[in-house]
Amino acid sequence: MRYEAPTTLDDAVGLLAAEQGVAKVLAGGTDLLVAIRSGRLEPDLVVDLKRIEEMTTVTPEDGGFRVGAAVPSVRLGQHEGLVAMWPGVVEAAGLIGSTQVQSRATLAGNLCNASPAADSVPAMVAAGAKASIVGPNGRRDVPVEDVPAGPGKLSLEKGEIVASILLPGKPERTGDAYLRFIPRTEMDIAVVGVGAVVTLGTDGTIEAARIVLGAVGPRVVVADKAAQALVGTKGDKAAMEALSQAVSAACTPIDDKRGTREYRIQVAGTLAKRTVAIALERAKG
Amino acid sequence: MPLETDFPQGYEKRDFRVVGKRPVRPDGIDKVTGRARFGADTVAPGMLHGAILRSPHAHARIKSIDTAKAEALEGVKAVVTRDDFPIHDAVKEDRGLLDILVNCMAREKALYDGHAVAAVAATDKITARKALKLIEVEYEVLGHVIDEDLAMAPDAPILHDDLGYDYGKGKPSNVAGRTEIGHGDVDAGFAAADRVVERSFKTGAAHQGYIEPHACLANIGADGRGELWCCTQGHFMVRDTVTQLLGMDVSNLRVTASEIGGGFGGKTAVFIEPVAVALSRKAGKPVKIVMDRHEVFRATGPTASASLWVKVGAKADGTITAADALLKYQGGAFQGSPVDMGAMAAFACYNLENVRAVGYDIVTNRPKQAAYRAPGAPMAAFAVESVMTELADALGIDPIDFRLKNAARDHSKSSYGPTYNEIGLVETLEAAKATEHYNSPLGPNQGRGVACGFWFNFGGQTAVTLNVNLDGTAALSVGTPDIGGSRASMCAMAAEELGIDYDDIYAIIGDTASLGYNDVTDGSRATFASGLATIQAARQVKERMCARAARIWGIPEDAVKWEGGAAVPSGPNAGDHAPLSFRDIAKMAGETGGPIAGHHEISAEGAGPSFATHIVDAEIDRETGRIDVKRYTVVQDAGKAVHPAYVEGQFQGGAVQGIGWALNEEYIYSDKGVLENAGFLDYRVPVASDLPMIETVIVEKPNPGHPYGVRGVGETSIVPPMGAIANAVSAAAKVRATEIPMSPPRMLKLLRENESAAKAAE
Amino acid sequence: MTKTHVTTTINGDTVEYLCDPQETLLDVLRDRLGMTGSKEGCGTGDCGACTVTVDGEIVCSCLMLGAEAEGRTIGTIEGMAEGEMLHPLQRKFLDHAALQCGICTPGILVAARTLLERNPEPSETEVRYWLAGNLCRCTGYDKIVRAVMDAAEEMRGRNHAA
Repeated sequence: MRYEAPTTLDDAVGLLAAEQGVAKVLAGGTDLLVAIRSGRLEPDLVVDLKRIEEMTTVTPEDGGFRVGAAVPSVRLGQHEGLVAMWPGVVEAAGLIGSTQVQSRATLAGNLCNASPAADSVPAMVAAGAKASIVGPNGRRDVPVEDVPAGPGKLSLEKGEIVASILLPGKPERTGDAYLRFIPRTEMDIAVVGVGAVVTLGTDGTIEAARIVLGAVGPRVVVADKAAQALVGTKGDKAAMEALSQAVSAACTPIDDKRGTREYRIQVAGTLAKRTVAIALERAKG
Repeated sequence: MPLETDFPQGYEKRDFRVVGKRPVRPDGIDKVTGRARFGADTVAPGMLHGAILRSPHAHARIKSIDTAKAEALEGVKAVVTRDDFPIHDAVKEDRGLLDILVNCMAREKALYDGHAVAAVAATDKITARKALKLIEVEYEVLGHVIDEDLAMAPDAPILHDDLGYDYGKGKPSNVAGRTEIGHGDVDAGFAAADRVVERSFKTGAAHQGYIEPHACLANIGADGRGELWCCTQGHFMVRDTVTQLLGMDVSNLRVTASEIGGGFGGKTAVFIEPVAVALSRKAGKPVKIVMDRHEVFRATGPTASASLWVKVGAKADGTITAADALLKYQGGAFQGSPVDMGAMAAFACYNLENVRAVGYDIVTNRPKQAAYRAPGAPMAAFAVESVMTELADALGIDPIDFRLKNAARDHSKSSYGPTYNEIGLVETLEAAKATEHYNSPLGPNQGRGVACGFWFNFGGQTAVTLNVNLDGTAALSVGTPDIGGSRASMCAMAAEELGIDYDDIYAIIGDTASLGYNDVTDGSRATFASGLATIQAARQVKERMCARAARIWGIPEDAVKWEGGAAVPSGPNAGDHAPLSFRDIAKMAGETGGPIAGHHEISAEGAGPSFATHIVDAEIDRETGRIDVKRYTVVQDAGKAVHPAYVEGQFQGGAVQGIGWALNEEYIYSDKGVLENAGFLDYRVPVASDLPMIETVIVEKPNPGHPYGVRGVGETSIVPPMGAIANAVSAAAKVRATEIPMSPPRMLKLLRENESAAKAAE
Repeated sequence: MTKTHVTTTINGDTVEYLCDPQETLLDVLRDRLGMTGSKEGCGTGDCGACTVTVDGEIVCSCLMLGAEAEGRTIGTIEGMAEGEMLHPLQRKFLDHAALQCGICTPGILVAARTLLERNPEPSETEVRYWLAGNLCRCTGYDKIVRAVMDAAEEMRGRNHAA
């Protein structure tokens, strides 16, 4: 295995594109190193992004924020503008692993690990985040939900890197939230995760909503019917019940060591109600 | 020795000067600065790194092992397989030793996922891991069974052709043994009852979860002699086991116990040590083996899982008339699950006229179980304490009052046979009842549970040496590895007895060549037995110091006594001499007859049992099934708390391990019998944010078998939690929880089923 | 195998080493530099026994390559006391008997020090969540949490006096 730490994005792309064997990108490394250590992954080349300046910054853009691929979660929580605008995304990123892991783990890495249970992904998808992908053929922007192709699989071409994630500007009277269910209080992988964004009209009616579910299918689930159950309501009890049922109906989970299929479906509905309640409070300001 | 009669062996009430205080432990600074050397923290010149190839199958015949490619890899210095572990005579005659040998290196069959099949030693870790991938093993996969109930079924895959209690009617079976305890007439007792409760329960297999993986460094010379450094609860046990397995003379292996990063019973067995010694012998170089966490879960000794049935009957006034239990414990791929101790402990808290407990020891395709803190007792107590509370509820009696009415008391006959001496169960119940906790209000969706627990405690073979230094300090060498601060307690007892300062004693764990045989640190025995031996060794030092004083003064030995930390003349003919202090005599040792030392070697008896009562408040989220422990109090009898802070630590640590076992910890297997959660990510031990403070009440009912009244305290604390939490959760959920762990999916299912049943009943 | 040359700062000293590219920082500390105070409990970032600081942030040294340390500032348990002067956290851990076996202690001390640098007056809940990535199997955390809170109080008093 070779280790490279280029200082420009072009060099990083060049290294990845030229590698004949298995090449891997190292951002925070909190998933990659575990895979290497266990023998599941034997890369010939690892390209560390943390020496590339543009990858390590959070910069304002079009009313939102562009987050470099090597920015660790801990820095998101320290960024006042980001916390004020997308608290749900920041909180979701803040749930990944321990305080120690927070110092390393990144939004882009969480996305590119392509786990359906990734905490930050439902929150980012709900917020309408876009991934900026750079490769041998230039730069392209895609919705973050299109980056994972399935568990552990990415839709990236050879040599392509997710260079940054753009969290768009937040519309007025909009709130976001993310909650996950885990058996302990910390350190677990989500059994179910729910990201929600709601936008209110001036009279307090929900005008728009996005509900995104994690760990209940091979990729995150954008639950449009669940969102529709909220639109036009004020988030009253009946709307929340409809939301809950629509969320449960959108789940296609599996039985595994972290939870049963039946359990995930039931809890997803409950969690959606709790997540939307927080997002509504935030939308009211 | 005329003075010996001055020092009675049994308990004697006294005022303590050092014992009962909370001094800093002697190994403390090393442990907060990173200096302390644990199992993996040592190296030897020219050292090789060992690694072990493990079976990916739960049950498979090993048809062939080809190591040629691994041996050819540059940097590989030795490869061992079953062929390097011949069955020596000592092993042939001892089924227990044979099982250990087969567990350390598979022979005809791999018996569980993770079973060792080969090992290599190479110049670095990366090469060793690479070499493992070059070993070619041909397996014939066999049917497997991991559940205790399924393993008893007539058509279950059979692990051993030469094993089977007669249950199998002449055929081999997975039932390795049956045990039964009790007295009286259970059927007559139930006939006399006004109310009977019976239920079935299941508990999952938990792992001790010590944070330090097993590690050792073996260094065997060409003459067949050598040294072994390892993290273990008992280095004498390691020496004797390894040498017998490998056909070595016991005296040819010196074992040194490293600092130990947690054990809880899990380091009372050997796993990698014989392999490292075999590799070192073959390579002619030192070999270090360090397990990774995945290996720890797959291939060390988790506890048994259990299937339990309990029935208890009582009169309307709460008097129990009969108690009966059937316990089935699977202990992994070899006989020896702790079901015997489970059966003995099941009803040990109760004074019963009619009692019976039957246990079956079952083998399955899981790793060979090892002791885990009060081995066998927590599962049985979970079932029994659940039924006791259900019965108390049914009779409308407070659960503590119900237990007080039926509690084992001083000199009552135990359910497992012997008559108790003086015991402290009633005192813990009364103290629990008086706590602010027990009398505080509960919030919504909360329930309160109580449960009692018992552990036998153990004495065992013990040897200590106490050497007096010229400056009046003393070096204490004990043979029981310190797994939780026991050196501090030894120093306190030695200082107490010698009348010198705590800081003037330095305690170490002696290696196997410098002390007589010591049993493993288990059975909550270290503070009791090594403490007892330390006190006796200190008394011998005092006798010898009195003899020196007699010599200095030129008077008979029996005219000197030890008083207030000094030798003083005693009796009418002693004459007038200024007292000689410990320090004075130590300084003159060289010119008055040479070094002064005390020794004591015993097989300690009289380890009084320790009883406890726990109180817990639990809250249930009715929409997710998640349980939150809101408040927890441990009330336990310590006899005499030598170092109260470490006694509290034992109470708290055991309670939290019990909380983990009750709520989330369990071995999860795939349908192929492969362990699916072999890591701390998915084997969910409690983290700091899961827990409240753990309140403690130390009850001190002196143990008549110890000069200071000490009882072991390490194990009892894990016995009540599962029952107490199940009682709290069942009260909060309004339905009886019978499966451990009470994980959220299991609890939500129970809540939903209960709601459906309630609706159907309307 | 080609080794990577790294120059870094550990506990204030400049350190140079060669490491294999796949070696973790923990491997380097323990096996190449003889700094065995950082422990490996899991190798997957789940137990926190290998906690060190990197440029002031706590990380699991098992989740970082040795090669990544180039030019960084690393702090380990070996650098916590100043000569014979223990850090208040180290003293309070001893006073409160906040360790039994001691294997998790180095990682917890390093993590707790960073907490108190950021938050001199943490609540019990804040201490518990900050340390959620540090497993302790012996103590049930009670005495650890008390020791951290007590050290924080003492350090606040001292800072106040100064």
